[in-house]
Amino acid sequence: MAAKSIISRPVYGTLSPQPGKHHLFIADTEGALAITDMARTAPASFFDGAEIVFIPGPGRKHVAALEALRPAQFHEAPSFASLLPRLRQTLANAHMGLRLYLAGTEGLIGQAMQVALEAGIDHTSIQTEHRGSLARRMQCVHCKGITENVTTQPAICSHCGLLLLVRDHYSRRLAAFQGVCINAEDRSEIPPMEEIFR
Amino acid sequence: MGITFRKETFRDDFTFRNSPEHIRRFPFPFHEDSYMYAVNIEPHVVGPKGSVLENLIDVDEHYVAEMQDRALVLAEDPLRCQSLPHMTLAGWDLLELLMEQQALGYPEHFTLTRDGDKWRWINRPLGIDDSFTFGDTSTLPYGPMEYITRQSQGDFCILDQRDGNLWMDAGMVTTQADWSLDFDIGMNFFEWHAPVPLAHEKGIFIRALKFLTNIQQGKPARRLNWTMTINPRLDTSPENYHKWGPDRTTVTPENVGDKVHLRVELQSFWRLPRSNGIVFPIRCYLIKMDELVTQPKWARRLHRVIRDLPEELATYKGLTRYRPTLVEWLSKLDDGSPTSAGFGPD
Repeated sequence: MAAKSIISRPVYGTLSPQPGKHHLFIADTEGALAITDMARTAPASFFDGAEIVFIPGPGRKHVAALEALRPAQFHEAPSFASLLPRLRQTLANAHMGLRLYLAGTEGLIGQAMQVALEAGIDHTSIQTEHRGSLARRMQCVHCKGITENVTTQPAICSHCGLLLLVRDHYSRRLAAFQGVCINAEDRSEIPPMEEIFR
Repeated sequence: MGITFRKETFRDDFTFRNSPEHIRRFPFPFHEDSYMYAVNIEPHVVGPKGSVLENLIDVDEHYVAEMQDRALVLAEDPLRCQSLPHMTLAGWDLLELLMEQQALGYPEHFTLTRDGDKWRWINRPLGIDDSFTFGDTSTLPYGPMEYITRQSQGDFCILDQRDGNLWMDAGMVTTQADWSLDFDIGMNFFEWHAPVPLAHEKGIFIRALKFLTNIQQGKPARRLNWTMTINPRLDTSPENYHKWGPDRTTVTPENVGDKVHLRVELQSFWRLPRSNGIVFPIRCYLIKMDELVTQPKWARRLHRVIRDLPEELATYKGLTRYRPTLVEWLSKLDDGSPTSAGFGPD
């Protein structure tokens, strides 16, 4: 669970079964455990109306556990980028009564929420649970490039190469934390790089 | 007689200066010898002749140069002007407000004629004479917000009001004190203020939001905010921080008076009639220390404010690196005598 800091920083909860006709779960690796934990308290036929989209990562851990929940649809995706077209179509065709559940890394939750926002879903209606890595998705405020899976503070922009302070300031629209040049005033000042978002 | 517009720059050779009359009208933001955040919001009503409040939308001698600087910023980075799709109506509201106010305050420079929805706008300082259909975006060279804010001093944020909150859903932001419209667009009032230290704990934003969501049409409000900038640079965006940041290392006891500028934002808040949005103009005024200290009261007071500023605020405002040099320079102009009440010079 990520530490709470400033107000724009997302706060995650614990997945719980919501009233609704259809339930769409999107999870990566450890996020599967949030779904299986929730399943213990879910009504008997809950997953009959559910779709689980899962990005297991290397090793395909937890795939069997999710399949055992017998959701109406189960889709395994190799990456978030690969599931985007499917997700966009699902949300575009969705009716009232669809509930969205996001579980896993902040990058996964943020990007799935971004697609949901674009489809007109209110962010406060989405269930989220953080599991796994604290690695951040970061936008460089200077060149606008997104760097995925940032684990260090400061971090190097993978596009323009500036050394960036990874702020807690977060944009749902961009699904990213803000990175600002840490030594803009004097480039010779190079603070030590620590691995803090593990 | 109209305003004599200065030819000057806010980058490279930095030829920006205030004339003596403009020094006297500078909106000095400290009414006492210390500073802490407060919900310092008051009705935006017309003030004394010769002050920046003589008109509710102020046009001054820097108008033409500021508009040229804005065009340069936008050519480099079009993301400084953005409007989410549902904000076009609010853009028309803003166009109407700014055309009306500028034509009202400065008839020798701006003329607006209306015949139903057929409008004609003449902007003499910028050599513009456009006829268009109000509400029809295809009749203007830009969207309505971009069109009029390319012709109006200050940054502009248009806030959508819904769910008891205000949402930063459109803006023209090229003269900002280190915040990014591109990053903050779509955020609510608390989210875009999230990085501001101390004020959340004091409940400032909760009270400010309550006030702002109740603003009525025809009853705008205002407040002052301030920071400091090295060189008279309007574009102190985070986008370009790696380009202007090194300026902060160039302050020496010899050049403080010329390089260090007090940067004051006159922020006003207006309800928009059709969209029910709020427009939030952030008008930036710059004054270099050499100009400011021509008013002895301001020199004494600024010395005390900067010297005693809480560390978190000094850090947030980016003063840390040059504060000791500035305080030392200002201290020589402070004989310790009392300052009179109020903002104005003696």
